[in-house]
Amino acid sequence: MTRPLTRRELLERATLGGAVLTIPGFLAACGGGGIEGSGTTTAATAGGAKTLADKLVMSNWTLYIDIDEKTKTYPTLEQFTEQTGVDVQYIEDVNDNDEWFGKNQAALSKKQSVGRDITVLTDWMAGRMVRLGYAQKLDKSVIPNASNLVDTLASPSFDPNREYTLPWQSGLTGIGFDPEKTGEITSVSQLLDDPKLKGRVTFLTEMPSTMNLMMQLDGAETTKVDKTDFEKSIARLQKAVDSGQIRQFTGNDYSGMLAKGDIWAAIAWSGDMVQLKLDKPSLQFVIPDEGGDIWTDNMLIPTGGDVFTASTFMNFVYDPTVAAQIEAYVNYICPVEGAKEEIAKIDQSLASNPLIFPDAATLDKVKVFDAAAADDPELKAMFQKVIGA
Amino acid sequence: MDFLHRHRRLIPYLLLAPGLAWLAVFFLVPTYYLANTSLQTGSLDVGYALTWAWENYSDAISTYHEQFVRSILYAGIATVAALLVSYPLAYFVAFRGGRWKGLLLLLIIAPFFVTYLIRTLAWQTILSDDGYVVDVLQTVGVLGDGDRLLATSTAVVAGITYNFLPFMALPLYVSLEQIDGRLIEAAEDLYSSKVQAFLRVTLPLSLPGVFAGTLLTFIPAAGDFINAELLGTPRQSMIGNVIQSKFLVLTDYGQAAALSFVLMAAILVLIVVYTRALGTERMGV
Repeated sequence: MTRPLTRRELLERATLGGAVLTIPGFLAACGGGGIEGSGTTTAATAGGAKTLADKLVMSNWTLYIDIDEKTKTYPTLEQFTEQTGVDVQYIEDVNDNDEWFGKNQAALSKKQSVGRDITVLTDWMAGRMVRLGYAQKLDKSVIPNASNLVDTLASPSFDPNREYTLPWQSGLTGIGFDPEKTGEITSVSQLLDDPKLKGRVTFLTEMPSTMNLMMQLDGAETTKVDKTDFEKSIARLQKAVDSGQIRQFTGNDYSGMLAKGDIWAAIAWSGDMVQLKLDKPSLQFVIPDEGGDIWTDNMLIPTGGDVFTASTFMNFVYDPTVAAQIEAYVNYICPVEGAKEEIAKIDQSLASNPLIFPDAATLDKVKVFDAAAADDPELKAMFQKVIGA
Repeated sequence: MDFLHRHRRLIPYLLLAPGLAWLAVFFLVPTYYLANTSLQTGSLDVGYALTWAWENYSDAISTYHEQFVRSILYAGIATVAALLVSYPLAYFVAFRGGRWKGLLLLLIIAPFFVTYLIRTLAWQTILSDDGYVVDVLQTVGVLGDGDRLLATSTAVVAGITYNFLPFMALPLYVSLEQIDGRLIEAAEDLYSSKVQAFLRVTLPLSLPGVFAGTLLTFIPAAGDFINAELLGTPRQSMIGNVIQSKFLVLTDYGQAAALSFVLMAAILVLIVVYTRALGTERMGV
């Protein structure tokens, strides 16, 4: 997902000056804690070493773990160090799946280490890493907590038995809108056809998010994508671009525009909307009647990472108490069963927020987009053409 | 020393060596790899191989000529606009800046202290539909009631102009600053008006700055993609957007490299024509 910021303080900044979004190569320069990795990989022992390394190097998206603003330390990571003696070097250098891959592709294709024990990537990119053999098998024997993984995410098409990946956070894609300007919105068709919304609508540059909604609008299956269905929805999208109905395709910079009123409705991500609503409670987020999208960012161990240490860490964050602590800060959707009960002890309002812990009815309406289709060059090229690139 | 005495003709080459090495490492080698890549085909799954795929070039031009033309056009307009804004600015700093010169120069480059991306995003706020700029333009009737600035060609060109303005202003300042004030006095002593003195003395003497500034602005502007991405719609996309998407999103490295080469060649041709037209030999550039 192109979805780095959106924790509260950044959003406040966003409404003042414009949101931060990711453009490959640029956010790297302005990401807050962007300490570039030293490349010092921990002992790159791929086969079964059962001793913990001294250090764990983890790459993640910005604002994706709890942080103590005063001391600039990460409580969760410090607890892990206390428990295991393993220092964690936590690097917020994933701004965009494609950008991350572009930077590391040369090393990965030569089977070289990229200096990370854990990297967090979105479904289709995680799928690509598994497919190309750039991800190592997890040591499930040290991850008993993996049984806490919620059922809905247990067997994605790209890793049916979760042998290589474990979810870090999930999120929903739906429609964010300002009902004072638009009235009630229940379907993507309103964004595409309502003349009142002409030029006041944005869609996402992230293909799976946008196309999952577009295709379901046409009644097509999106967990296993058919090319003709895809083409049909692309044509409909193109029409809305040509007519000027769709104003722009964005990363998460739609959030600033929605807050300022430049746009009235957008295909939006749930985590962004949790934050946006804090500043502007009148904004609404709905899963369209025809169906929405759920995506996941997954932890995986790239070539060269220390499997035993990384697996131990994954086990740690799959403890519901730890997961709740992370979730209380991050506000996306927690993949760990039992975290809801734990988070209620921290903040009841979070536990009852349907954007953070969606109810069964909402989850029934959302689908995981076909990871293979999301990484299909031909389909991607069609989509890139529509968004003007 | 003996060696140098005997091989005196080698000295210029030895002195050139660091520069040449720099060029080789940072220009020739990457260019070679880019050229090589531009003739490759393949995909992530099967790997990439040099297949002498010249069709990468023909496809690049036939599919994306619209974005090429748009890039050159936007960059051209932005360069002219930057010149029109920068010239009076640089003139003022150079001739009227006095003891504030240093501070004024600092102000010109001040935007560079902020990340390029953030500067461009700030324009989303400046040109916002409910912002002052749109308000004023609507009041004076330049914009219709329902019209907007954001997500239009105007916004993209404005963003490019703004972002590259210092590249225009600084060389202009340098060339204006070097002008010997006595020449202008002499012109006026010989009964030329202020305007004539400017047109016959100041302007010609500042042409090297104009030349350097336009090149420094036009070249990066033609390859820009941030402004089109943030301030435009898909209908404003420039060739930089396409190259970016081909390299990173579609991992079609061959065609991305071919597009980069075509862009490089197009810019080179334009520059040669421009240099000839301006006759820079006489200006010692």
